[in-house]
Amino acid sequence: MIARLTQDERRNALIILGLVALMGAVLGLAGRDDLLGWHGLLIVIFAAGLALPILGALDAPEPTEDRENAYYDDPTRLGILLSMGWAVFGLFMGVWVAALLAWPELTFVDSPWASFGRLRPAHTTGVIFGFGGNALIATSFHVLQRTSRARLSGQLLPWFVLLGYNLFCLLAVTGYFMGITQSKEYAEPEWYADLWLVVVWVAYFLIYVLTLARRKEPHIYVANWYYMAFILVVAVLHIINNLAVPVSFGQVKAYSAFSGVQDAMTQWWYGHNAVAFFLTAGFLGMMYYYLPKRAERPIFSYRMSIVSFWGITFMYLWAGSHHLHYTALPHWVQTLGMTFSVMLLVPSWASAGNALLTLNGAWRKVRDDATLRFMMIAAVFYGLSTFEGSFMAIRAVNSLSHYTDWTIGHVHAGALGWVAMITFGSIYYLVPVMWGRERMYSSALVEVHFWLALLGTLVYVFAMWNSGVIQGLMWRTYDESGSLSYSFVDSLVAMHPYYIARALGGLMFLMGALVGCFNIYMTIRGASASVAQGDRPADPNADRSLVAGE
Amino acid sequence: MALTEKDPITGRETTGHEWNGIKELNTPIPRVVFLFLGLTFAFSLLWWALMPAWPLGASYTRGLLGADHRQDVSRALGAAQLDRQAWTQEMESLPYAEIEARPDLMRVVSESGRRLFGDNCAACHGAEGRGGPGFPDLSAKLWLWGGELETIEETLRVGINSTHEETRYGQMLAFGRDGMLSRPEIASVISFLRAHAQNVGEPDPRDAQGAEAGAEIFAEQCVSCHGEDARGLKTAGAPDLTDGYWLYGGDRASLTQTLVNGRQGHMPHWEDRLSLAERRILTLYVLGLKPPEGGPDDS
Repeated sequence: MIARLTQDERRNALIILGLVALMGAVLGLAGRDDLLGWHGLLIVIFAAGLALPILGALDAPEPTEDRENAYYDDPTRLGILLSMGWAVFGLFMGVWVAALLAWPELTFVDSPWASFGRLRPAHTTGVIFGFGGNALIATSFHVLQRTSRARLSGQLLPWFVLLGYNLFCLLAVTGYFMGITQSKEYAEPEWYADLWLVVVWVAYFLIYVLTLARRKEPHIYVANWYYMAFILVVAVLHIINNLAVPVSFGQVKAYSAFSGVQDAMTQWWYGHNAVAFFLTAGFLGMMYYYLPKRAERPIFSYRMSIVSFWGITFMYLWAGSHHLHYTALPHWVQTLGMTFSVMLLVPSWASAGNALLTLNGAWRKVRDDATLRFMMIAAVFYGLSTFEGSFMAIRAVNSLSHYTDWTIGHVHAGALGWVAMITFGSIYYLVPVMWGRERMYSSALVEVHFWLALLGTLVYVFAMWNSGVIQGLMWRTYDESGSLSYSFVDSLVAMHPYYIARALGGLMFLMGALVGCFNIYMTIRGASASVAQGDRPADPNADRSLVAGE
Repeated sequence: MALTEKDPITGRETTGHEWNGIKELNTPIPRVVFLFLGLTFAFSLLWWALMPAWPLGASYTRGLLGADHRQDVSRALGAAQLDRQAWTQEMESLPYAEIEARPDLMRVVSESGRRLFGDNCAACHGAEGRGGPGFPDLSAKLWLWGGELETIEETLRVGINSTHEETRYGQMLAFGRDGMLSRPEIASVISFLRAHAQNVGEPDPRDAQGAEAGAEIFAEQCVSCHGEDARGLKTAGAPDLTDGYWLYGGDRASLTQTLVNGRQGHMPHWEDRLSLAERRILTLYVLGLKPPEGGPDDS
């Protein structure tokens, strides 16, 4: 990877890493009496760990090939591996916390870091940001280049984004274990990690814009609309929700700019749109490239793509208040959240429908090819969970479902069924392409992974549906005298069998991911990253004028 | 002009765009999409007209139904209260003897009491009220502060060593830590206690030592609270040491811990959190708790 950088670029990389290490050292020194000191040290070690191999290869020969005549896929390759690594970590954490809920006495490690409250955000961050985020970065770099017929902009910038993003994930997860959190769901990291992510994210956006500006195709493909919406809106959400004032520059603790119901509203505007733009828009971008590619079918309808894209991006931003039904939030804000959630259903289903109808003429492939089947099932779960989401956003339904396991089931129908399945499908398509192999090491193992993932998801989701509805009903059942019939503990006793089932479902899903890791390892072992014929950018020197509609 | 082509499977035209092999069909949007867009939009417009919906600076559109979720919940709570008034008033005002004679009220006690106990008491006293180390077994009916209905009701109201102004206050002194007794003296008292009490677990070789000296120390130091016959003093919350029930354990290690560091159990007060009717239901419910079959569990 370093061999593909010029000596000047290697020196620049060292300068950037030096600045990062300096930043870490300053944080570490300023926070030497605080947990911040450990994070300063972690940043220095991270930068030093990257600088060492570059220092060793500083005078190695420069690349000889014409780099502009090849796509820049090294960051994508590493991104895929990081994504799978985080998947195993995040899913393992999930199985651990699920087991703790079923058997609370099962605390293997009797120390604060292993308490439920610290493991749970390590699970969510590991899966959403570690697994999902790395998969999005890796695939977006690949899709952006192929659909623009242009090489990524910058030699160091893509590395900065990928590695800088993983530094953020590391700061987040290690912070939770130490007890560092600002207690905002899916936005737990404190101010210094948040600021770092802003820098990384701006660089990510720059890559996108600069590469698109160099594209050799007259039109920007749908997948890129979605990836762009994901990058842009996540930046806005992240910055606003994390506005906070640190106690001092030597302490991890910061105080949010918002308080009371405004804080709750800002948090759920963020939280819901993290689902919308991180877990939906980004992965729709993935689906729009890899599904038609694998099926070798044209997209069913360009017009539906347009309606769904603008419907989704416009309506989602209003829907966050449905997380705060029947709270101190004013009634009118709840009405808006609910109605926009209902309207959102149609563009969401139009996307799912567009994906499934694209498979017309390729259903035989869906039957035979587990990779494409992963993507098909993902589209089905996308449709299911967007319907469920709109349904649960209706106030009367929410009064039953809120605060119950139904919500957990809904989230996992989306996270396991949609996000993880489309990612695994895309990765199984991408790995042979990236490492110059004809196919995955074993298609039987892809099949095994598919069934483990599907079965695990179904067991998980059905367990939580049952558990959630029973919980909700038990909490609202009154006896003749007008008193509640059940105590909270009664409802916990009723949950127990479902919690065991949930842990088993999660375990199956984890085993599937492990099978996937093995399969990927065997596929890329000894592979030389050779480039398939014709998989090259358009000749950058050719004078080819771009005409829209050409 | 890019060339559009016909897809042989669907018979639709493509848009003429192509990205690395991916093409798009120019299929018109199916009617059903517009139908459902129309339906969901119409529903939203209707809902906005009926309900509080859009902000207007410092105010908002109130909606034709005049709905307000804050008023809704107040109304629902008021209605529920009214609905329960028939029996809550009786539960609060009738003497316990009359309540116990009324099957309808006693059914409320057993149903609501179980739920109230589960939500408020079970965390310390256990789901069946059987307690645990440091938390009294309520089914054993060995009351620290007295087992009359009025006494239990008062304990529920003010708590024990709680933050309530009229709290019951009880403390086992830290004889060892505060230097009132030496370690050998404490050991003798324990030997004395274990020689005369029941349910003290495995015999210990140290039990044979100092029981007589222990008796003297007990008479000097302990009788003011626990009584000359060691049967306790309910006005001080001092437990009966002869009944075989040990709140913190009757083995030598637990007793040493008790005598060296003292004990001061805590029960929160419920006057602010439960209504009088609810506290009286719990009083009756607690008195009705049954010990397990075959006597108290000695584990």
